[in-house]
Amino acid sequence: MAQDMRHPIESGCPDGFQYMHPAMRRNYGQWKYHEHPRPGVLLHVANSGEKLWTVKCGTQRILDVFSLRTLTKIGDDFADGYMRFTIRSNVEYVVTDEAKVQPLIDAIEGAGFIVGGTANSVAMISHTQGWLHCDIPGTDASGVVKAMMDELIDEFKGHNMPNRVHITTSCCQINCGGQGDIAINVQHTKPPKINHDLVANVCERPSVVARCPVAAIRPAMVNGKPSLEVDEKKCICCGACFPPCPPMQINDAEDTKLAIWVGGNHSNARGKPTFQKLVAAGVPNNPPRWPEATAIVKRILKEYKAGAKDWERINDWIDRIGWPRFFEVTGLPFTKYHIDNWTGARASLNASTHIRF
Amino acid sequence: MDKSKIHPTPMLDVLEDGPWPSFISGFKRMRDEHPDNRINETINSLLGQLEHSYETRKGYWKGGTVSVFGYGGGIIPRFSEVAKAFPESKEFHTLRVQPTPGNYYTTDMLNQLANSWEKWGSGMVTFHGQTGNIMFIGTTTDNTQHFFDEINEYGWDLGGAGPCVRTAMSCVGAARCEQSCANEHAIQRHLVNTFTDDVHRPALPYKFKFKISGCPNDCQNSIERSDFSVIGTWRDEMKVDQAEVKAFIAKKGRDYVLDNVTSRCPTNCMTLNDDDTLAVDNSNCVRCMHCLNVMNKALSPGDDKGVTILIGGKRTLKIGDLMGTVVVPFMKLDTAEDYEKLVELASEIIDFFAENALEHERTGEMIERIGLVNFLEGIGVEVDPNMVSNPRQSSYVRMDGWDEEAEKWFARKAEQAAG
Repeated sequence: MAQDMRHPIESGCPDGFQYMHPAMRRNYGQWKYHEHPRPGVLLHVANSGEKLWTVKCGTQRILDVFSLRTLTKIGDDFADGYMRFTIRSNVEYVVTDEAKVQPLIDAIEGAGFIVGGTANSVAMISHTQGWLHCDIPGTDASGVVKAMMDELIDEFKGHNMPNRVHITTSCCQINCGGQGDIAINVQHTKPPKINHDLVANVCERPSVVARCPVAAIRPAMVNGKPSLEVDEKKCICCGACFPPCPPMQINDAEDTKLAIWVGGNHSNARGKPTFQKLVAAGVPNNPPRWPEATAIVKRILKEYKAGAKDWERINDWIDRIGWPRFFEVTGLPFTKYHIDNWTGARASLNASTHIRF
Repeated sequence: MDKSKIHPTPMLDVLEDGPWPSFISGFKRMRDEHPDNRINETINSLLGQLEHSYETRKGYWKGGTVSVFGYGGGIIPRFSEVAKAFPESKEFHTLRVQPTPGNYYTTDMLNQLANSWEKWGSGMVTFHGQTGNIMFIGTTTDNTQHFFDEINEYGWDLGGAGPCVRTAMSCVGAARCEQSCANEHAIQRHLVNTFTDDVHRPALPYKFKFKISGCPNDCQNSIERSDFSVIGTWRDEMKVDQAEVKAFIAKKGRDYVLDNVTSRCPTNCMTLNDDDTLAVDNSNCVRCMHCLNVMNKALSPGDDKGVTILIGGKRTLKIGDLMGTVVVPFMKLDTAEDYEKLVELASEIIDFFAENALEHERTGEMIERIGLVNFLEGIGVEVDPNMVSNPRQSSYVRMDGWDEEAEKWFARKAEQAAG
């Protein structure tokens, strides 16, 4: 059998130059500056004087082949047959002739895609698989993002924020969506419900015990069968046991909630990179449109837009105005859950008289 | 497909409203309009299961073991737990395929991939997943092999899944960014293609990710999201085009520059002179990029470019979020020997990780557990004050090797001075 099988060609990561627009190849490493002629469009100028316009286009991220072919057809007809994807799943087309920009924009918008996402806009939400494909999701990702982008579309299409806003979503606390200026992440609120009949056959028990961040899981005999038990006083409901042991079901229609975090910033600009911080929890996981989560995100964006100075990301803005004022202006409750008790938490406590009145 | 078999999707239908492109409309086009009945039925079944998830607020996929001949990973196997109700999508595996650095494509190549995918799979694809792969979402165990065989013949290979070296990612980079201080393409391909065996055959304690950003804006999120972060930087003086500074001030005003450039510099290394020129104390510039971002035409990176390497970034599971830590403050990447050194460092780190990390422990967590110094000694890298925000503040440490360690420092300094 095996000798009939085809052996793979272990080519790994392919060479990108073969797929790169010739103007990019010509000016590789030779760009001088860029400008923002209008939202959704970048103009890069090379040392040689050559100009390259980029048009950025928001999509639904999960593409059916019809949509993909619509996008490639636009690339064929209006952008020399080249395109790339940003890390937030936007499509970027490039053209070397300014006269081609508007027809390209018209074609993109005519096909139902959205031009925007550049500079100080709300960028496309980066997200994960959710109910569509993940084995451990507490919520959907594509649906949350679709519902939110419907509401934030004008901010995607404009340059109206103090600086760029990166929003992310994640369907479990592993947080594949990553750090964001605003992150909407699943937060479980109850310990896993264990199907003791299945644990022994499905789970490698020592690995599951080792996976728990707070050592709340231990082997136990339940109903005469080897299983696992959870010390529910210690359990932090993180769901880390669920992937290696599916009978430890962490997802629940009511008790799986959403939490909202702000101030994650991967850039080194101004300050060092920052992690996001908890601002709201207990938000209902409410398909198909998750209106409660969207309302909080919009509230935060409204205050950020009104209160931040030019170039301040959300973390910069809060650093300047202080957390008490953040909670005051957004109207979000400050609770005991906002005070960290994880390793290193002491560094987050205010050991000074620096208090704004 | 028989229309009477269509699963009703009242909750998903709501996601067809609104101005943003709808993934549900895309699914429905595949269900209703695709010429292949296999795809119509698969997508109908998938929509049924997804609607069931929306109604019950639960996911119904479980993992398993699927790979292609010769490899151990690269596929995310998905078997439905509700296959009785939705049998046509009972196997719905994803193939992770490595894109180019910076995600460049010709439309011809995308069309070719679309043709192969609708032949063997569901016709649903994402560019790209959060690890950076093209995600070909939804096929059966048998067709996984056929699809891979087909696209592997024209230049595409699987990415990583499980405890292995993962698919790497780079920002748009030198191809279209004036801030880029590195050849992201060369870096990514030198690194990840050295470890193809470790990508395809998961045998590490846990995942290991490379990410590359051309400058400290770190558009690729490499410090927060990768075990091995390579970021372009420069060590000579930044370039200041004083004529462009004046032009900027003429357009935006002096106050704008004071409020948005000089006063935002984290080390106060910039001064706006009375004659509308900008003075930079380069010895105190930390290459944060802020002023270059604001005065993009007037300010540029210097010429003596290289990279900073940070090790150990990752997200929450299990001990909490960790940023990467500086392990190489500056490294030139011009010659073949420079790239060899980079790859050697990566090999040392992956070997040390393979031998010393606990099961399911990331590199950053291992460093947290054993201490940075033990890690540095393990990979043969000397300590450097750029690796810390501040020196130790606790006196609870045994330091009877002090004289010897101080001697090493002076010896290294003398060696550097001698060139």
